[in-house]
Amino acid sequence: MTGELTGTAALVRLALRRDRWLIPAWVGFFVAIATFSATATVDLYPDESSRIAAANTINSTAALVALYGPIYDPTSLGALAMIKMTAVYAALLSVLMVILVVRHTRAEEETGRLELVGAGVVGRAAPLAAALLVVGGASALMGLLAAAGLAGAGLPISGSLVFGAGWAATGLCFAAVAAVAAQATTGGRAANGLGFMVIALAYMARAIGDLAEAGPGWLSWLSPIGWNQQIRAFAGDRWSVLVLPLAATALLMPASFALRRRRDLGSGLLRDQPGPAVGRLSSPIGLAWRLQRPLLLAWTAGSALLAFVMGSIAHNVAGLLDSPGMAKIIQQLGGEQGLTDAFLAAELGLFSTIVAAYGISAVARLGTEESAGHAEAVLATASPRIPWAASHWLLALAGVAWLLLVAGVTTGLGHALAVGDSSQVLRITVAALARIPAAWVLVGLVVAVWGVWPHATAVGWGAYAAFIVVAEFGQLWGLPRWVMDFSPFTHSPVLPGPDAKLAGIVWLTMVAGALLAGGSAAFRHRDLAG
Amino acid sequence: MVGLVKHFGRTKVLNELNLSVAQGEVHGFLGPNGAGKTTTLRILLGLLRADAGTMRLLGGDPWLDAVDLHRRLAYVPGDVALWPTLTGGEVIDLLGRLRGGLEPQRRASLIERFELDPTKKGRAYSKGNRQKVALVAALASDVELLLLDEPTSGLDPLMEEEFRHYINEVRGDGRTVLLSSHILSEVEALCDRVSIIRDGEVVESGTMAQLRHLARTTVSADLTTVPEGLADLPGVHDVVVQGQRITASVEARGMAPLMAAMSAGGVTAVTSAPPTLEELFLRYYQKAQP
Ligand SMILES: Nc1ncnc2c1ncn2[C@@H]1O[C@H](COP(=O)(O)OP(=O)(O)OP(=O)(O)O)[C@@H](O)[C@H]1O
Ligand SMILES: [Mg+2]
Repeated sequence: MTGELTGTAALVRLALRRDRWLIPAWVGFFVAIATFSATATVDLYPDESSRIAAANTINSTAALVALYGPIYDPTSLGALAMIKMTAVYAALLSVLMVILVVRHTRAEEETGRLELVGAGVVGRAAPLAAALLVVGGASALMGLLAAAGLAGAGLPISGSLVFGAGWAATGLCFAAVAAVAAQATTGGRAANGLGFMVIALAYMARAIGDLAEAGPGWLSWLSPIGWNQQIRAFAGDRWSVLVLPLAATALLMPASFALRRRRDLGSGLLRDQPGPAVGRLSSPIGLAWRLQRPLLLAWTAGSALLAFVMGSIAHNVAGLLDSPGMAKIIQQLGGEQGLTDAFLAAELGLFSTIVAAYGISAVARLGTEESAGHAEAVLATASPRIPWAASHWLLALAGVAWLLLVAGVTTGLGHALAVGDSSQVLRITVAALARIPAAWVLVGLVVAVWGVWPHATAVGWGAYAAFIVVAEFGQLWGLPRWVMDFSPFTHSPVLPGPDAKLAGIVWLTMVAGALLAGGSAAFRHRDLAG
Repeated sequence: MVGLVKHFGRTKVLNELNLSVAQGEVHGFLGPNGAGKTTTLRILLGLLRADAGTMRLLGGDPWLDAVDLHRRLAYVPGDVALWPTLTGGEVIDLLGRLRGGLEPQRRASLIERFELDPTKKGRAYSKGNRQKVALVAALASDVELLLLDEPTSGLDPLMEEEFRHYINEVRGDGRTVLLSSHILSEVEALCDRVSIIRDGEVVESGTMAQLRHLARTTVSADLTTVPEGLADLPGVHDVVVQGQRITASVEARGMAPLMAAMSAGGVTAVTSAPPTLEELFLRYYQKAQP
């Protein structure tokens, strides 16, 4: 056993050296977002009655409850301020933790670098242990700094502490999930995908559970993100709920080490099966499809499930509105149908944001194909550069469109079955399709960046995060309109609903086209990166 | 190519490189690590763009006419990276078709000769087997020019032998090969002409016979009297005198003067070791160090 962990300290140093910018940047980002939200809310809702009004509005708007979860104590300033932090940002920081764990375990193994390390005086379990130490440390640091930031912004100390502890425990729990995913799969991409899928399921389970009138409430208790809500920071401070994520971590981490012990370096749990001796692939697009297909299939299944559930609970949302103050708003929104539409439009907006992430990760393959040397092999044949690049971005565009089509049809089906009105399928599908161009812009952005700087495709993720933050917090922080207009998502038509801005479709498509053309042209004139 | 210059950022990697490869020859391309061999090949493929210099490849411009030229050539990269989820057979067929087709018979015979299992997934191949996949993919198509970047690194001696047979067949067909390599015996056995590159410049280029001519013969002789000034003779180096016995390494041009001087001193015994390219190469390689 002594041998298994030898060298962990050295690997921790290596990981910290590789991530010396990444970890501080992300930790700083999350801490800053939490702190800003706290100060902005303190300024915005100075007295209790304004807070109660705001909290009641949120609690009675199903779209917001599904997205963020309910506010457990309407009088609490902290609970109102942290509404977006408890579920959405806990999920996002979990994404970061998954990426970090996979980056230092499976992805290293896949590139063969771990072999270089593993041949040194390094125990078999050391890389995994080092990754978990680093990521656990990052989670703890993030939780601690967030607690300090919130307390500094004027929120109650004990609430701030339990909030920070909740973030840290959630991050740790998903780090453990990623550790297991990294052992079970054979590629970094697949491990990340598995980890993200668990996060998405956890987020979705609590969304359904939180709409207790519409769905089974116990689902929230199956989800680490639901646990983080149930800690109820600033609304009861239930420290004891922290036992759940910590217990899950305590189960998953030893499991990941046990899996690691049972397999060889480079292999997953499943053995590679022999494949065909003769290939049918004969074009760059065929190759790109072959490479992107597994990811797209997984996303298709996930989107269909999520969208169907969302669609089938949509009609219940009007029933949730028991507060008398809401009657007027309902009227303004065009009665119960208007309210359902608003919920559906919000869900489809969320879908287009999520599907844009698929677009980015699919098209980012251009960068990984190039750095892995695969592009060199293809471009040394008679395949010209632009068709090779276009095969990847066309598939990313098509994938985005397909996923939104799937989301639209299944949301429509769910809703149509629930209300017994088959015309809803077409109506909602059209509404989903109208969201495609915004997600295309992000694909275009990645291509434009990659065309000039082949190693900078991560800029696409940075812009994506920025757009989400601006959309979420722009109003709260009082950002000027033109800053918020940078985000393509603000220009998508809001359908179904009365005042869709259809011109956005044209503009967004043109911007995406210009970015794609520019990026591809730049790629044609530059050196291939090795 | 004439006067080829390539920078990566501020560092100048190719410095006025001149290289010519005649049609139908097997040309060896040698040089220490980091000399610029791979960079040169990637420029010839239009994957990198030269900063200055003029080039003709099969009558075309490597950057502008890349696609048309690539139909007529095949390339084996130095670092073979296969797609982890594609089988070797699929990769061979894909690359062959992208180049404009491969010959099924040749593909089958190559797979047999290299004892390659084409049903394995890319990530399951050993280094040598990855190399074989790339070799089969390149050699199975009927092209005029083969650009091979250290093609035998990772191959076992039997497979290397197989590779040499194959290159000799290729030469018989009148095809052209540019082969970068660190294996001198391979270059010596295969190549008609050789270029040696160092720090981005070609420092020597010629047929094997010409290079041998440049290489030095080691001469040792027992003399009755050792004449003065042997070390000052042109083309004579590293003279060591031990009593009656001298040893020296001698260029071709120094041979006659040395012999004349030695016979004046009365030779009782003489041995000469034939010039090896190894020594010549090592000399060029070592000059890379300051
Ligand atoms: N993308 C790049 N960016 C910066 N420098 C590079 C890049 N590619 C190559 N170099 C540098 O160019 C020089 C020549 O590299 P090259 O790969 O051509 O050498 P080589 O002769 O093939 O060496 P080896 O025998 O090790 O394969 C090296 O000093 C290398 O560090
Ligand atoms: Mg090289």
